[in-house]
Amino acid sequence: MTLEPVMEVTVNDLKHLLSDRAAEGDTMLLNMGPQHPSTHGVLRLLLELDGEIVVNCIPDIGFLHTGIEKNMEAKTYIKAEVMTDRLDYLNTTGNNLVYVMAIEKLVGLDVPPRAEAIRVLIVELQRIASHLVWLGTHGLDLAAMSIFLYCFREREMILDILEMCGGQRMMTTYFRPGGLWRDTPVEFEAAVREFIRIFPKRVDEYEALLTRNPIFIDRTKGIGVIPKDKALEWGLTGPTLRGSGIDYDIRRAFPYAGYQDYEFDVPTEEGGDVYARYKVRMQEMRESLRIVQQALDNMPLGPVNSANRKFVPPPRSELGHSMEAVIHHFKLWTEGFEAPKASVYMPVESPRGELGVFLEGDGGPRPYRVHFRTPSFTNLQALPWLSEGHYVADLVAIIGSIDIVLGDVDR
Amino acid sequence: MNKTLEKIAADLKAEFGPEIGLIPTEARGEVSFVLPAERIVAFAAALKKKHKFEMLASQTAVDYWPQLAPRYHVVYQFTSVSRKIRLEARVPLDGNDPEMPSLIPVYPNANWFERELWDMFGLRFTGHPDLRRILMPFDWEGHPLRKDYPLGYEEVQFTFNYEDIEVRKPRPKE
Repeated sequence: MTLEPVMEVTVNDLKHLLSDRAAEGDTMLLNMGPQHPSTHGVLRLLLELDGEIVVNCIPDIGFLHTGIEKNMEAKTYIKAEVMTDRLDYLNTTGNNLVYVMAIEKLVGLDVPPRAEAIRVLIVELQRIASHLVWLGTHGLDLAAMSIFLYCFREREMILDILEMCGGQRMMTTYFRPGGLWRDTPVEFEAAVREFIRIFPKRVDEYEALLTRNPIFIDRTKGIGVIPKDKALEWGLTGPTLRGSGIDYDIRRAFPYAGYQDYEFDVPTEEGGDVYARYKVRMQEMRESLRIVQQALDNMPLGPVNSANRKFVPPPRSELGHSMEAVIHHFKLWTEGFEAPKASVYMPVESPRGELGVFLEGDGGPRPYRVHFRTPSFTNLQALPWLSEGHYVADLVAIIGSIDIVLGDVDR
Repeated sequence: MNKTLEKIAADLKAEFGPEIGLIPTEARGEVSFVLPAERIVAFAAALKKKHKFEMLASQTAVDYWPQLAPRYHVVYQFTSVSRKIRLEARVPLDGNDPEMPSLIPVYPNANWFERELWDMFGLRFTGHPDLRRILMPFDWEGHPLRKDYPLGYEEVQFTFNYEDIEVRKPRPKE
């Protein structure tokens, strides 16, 4: 039996991305990843190194590509929603939110105020959970070991709340077009109050560990500086952009899901370096907690699902005595609802930046085209020029500071 | 429509309208322009310089197969961070040999968006410095998000068609 030679990308194919010195053997090519722990997933970087200094950095992505966009085209609008959880696995409910809001915008579906308040509350909790994972792993990358365990302790509380609502710790699919899967359980309020009570002190604890820690400051100040104009030009969003002093938050600029009614600040920092992005995210956790508090205190009563039976399945209790409800139930779960032949773009602020859905319908029950504009994909694109001239050890800090999730990059 | 956006739309129409037939369509609070491929770079430059659209938020495509002319629409989303407005532009492309100019000179982050469009739809961008596949393996054949590219599934074998399917069933190479 003869084995066919394994095809590989040769250095010649990438010659246009390397400096001339690479051909002469003056610099060294080094593979970092895809199994490297500090690349936060399966990111592969081809590094051209001059000693320990990065001359060129070529990201190679796609190891986690699962064809979600193609798969969604073959499912009905409701069934396709479960795939959105799997994009950015640290912001699962945020992905649900943007997808169901795109559907609602496309078909013109109303959402009751209680459902919107619960959505905001859950999404803000998820933002805190995502930032906690970021903080833990970022600290771990920079050799601050203990913070990782502290962060995961608090994250577990949030995941317990999500499990309470959606039945799952991570892939909840709790938000549905027109509202929610079901109302929150009785224990929900007490659990969230308990979290609100303890969390501010915990953030103080994290900050006590890192904010004035000389080792941490040495590793992060002045590293990976993003100038203002370049940040905009490269389409960076989220804390990465706000760390460069630009006040752009989609919750403020294009309010959705009732964010205009909440009082919160958009933290920005002028530094533009890894430390500034760290500061922004730390403040964002406190701001998110403020929103959670407001949402819980002013939680409206009422239904959590739209009464529009053409899009939202009727409650179980109606099925026993209403023929019409049985018909709607059957139609919605077999065939699904139809959306008009039109397209919408719906952006929301995910923990990483602008998460946008481009959704196009063709008049049938399945989405004709779904495209996710994911923040990690766009933010990662800045890595080559961001890492130029830095040490390999600092590259790890930079990757951590732009907070990528590879499921979000590769989709 | 938002007042600022209305004014910008009127400005753009005055600048590009007569010669290229810019069609602003408004639905669900969104403004969308349709323009030919050769004008997109000038259009984007005008947006960025004159109207302060600092950011190319997203770039994607839709395949209208089996319709061939135009088969694709490339869809751009521009955002003005300072003025808090968004705007969409669509570029129809022909089914045979789809090609259009790259937007990298104006918005450098179009780089990966365009690589993804090449990978997924087989659209070529002239002037792109690094048009390689980005998500699929480099030796992959075909462009997965095209509508004539099958989703791929296993056919269910029943007793009446067991042999037929057994013959054409894909298997790992020996």
